[in-house]
Amino acid sequence: MTISYNSSPETLNVKLSGEIDHHSAKTAREEIDKKYRKDGCKNITLDMSSITFCDSSGLGLIMGRYRTVKEYGGELFVKNPASVVEKMIRLSGMDKLINVVE
Amino acid sequence: MSEKRNTVIKSTKKTCPQIVNYFKCTFPAKSINESYARTLVSAFVSQLDPTVSDMADLKTAVSEAVTNAIVHGYKESTKDSVVYLSGHYRTDGTVSVEIKDKGCGIEDINKAMEPMYTTSPGDERSGMGFTVMASFCDKIKVSSAKGKGTTVILEKKLSST
Repeated sequence: MTISYNSSPETLNVKLSGEIDHHSAKTAREEIDKKYRKDGCKNITLDMSSITFCDSSGLGLIMGRYRTVKEYGGELFVKNPASVVEKMIRLSGMDKLINVVE
Repeated sequence: MSEKRNTVIKSTKKTCPQIVNYFKCTFPAKSINESYARTLVSAFVSQLDPTVSDMADLKTAVSEAVTNAIVHGYKESTKDSVVYLSGHYRTDGTVSVEIKDKGCGIEDINKAMEPMYTTSPGDERSGMGFTVMASFCDKIKVSSAKGKGTTVILEKKLSST
């Protein structure tokens, strides 16, 4: 999985590409949280349009970032989730909790 | 010596036609092999020309089971921590994949299969592994004995393209 960032003052924009599994999610969550704290943003947007595989570790990654932003009074946005991601979000009922945006 | 082995089967479909092809492999319980396992299964199943959606579902279910074996079965990885992966498909297009470990086993399978249940919440495990396996496959069979290991069998009938 590759991660790229594009920060605005309020929001850390994270673009995730490739496969999310337990192996890749571990590094991703550490990197994203580090960047979020360093940049001092309030919100996180996860662009998940270029994800080609996602298992429940992807849900863990989303839920974990949701908790992180809530700690700082921010919001989490999941942008353009690929069908594999959307299916997982729907299955878990997380779509009621997080903001899925286009 | 009698061994306490619990088995839970959740089934929606029955199958029994002849086996056409099969594979078998073993690999060390390292998280980097999660992608190896699902890629192997997808290469094997591609012989049946499945739909993109069926393929994605099966890959995800296999990934969940293999991750469980690595994360929960073998909590501490040693040189003997090996995951046993095998599978076959039948004339009617039913694929069966078996994921086996000789790790710590599951004490209460029904509890482990509850949605959102996890033994390691601090690790950002969603507790959705078995739910995903059960929803993305037609049948899941889990058998486990404490201290002996866990075997998960996933079955999915592929729709023809």
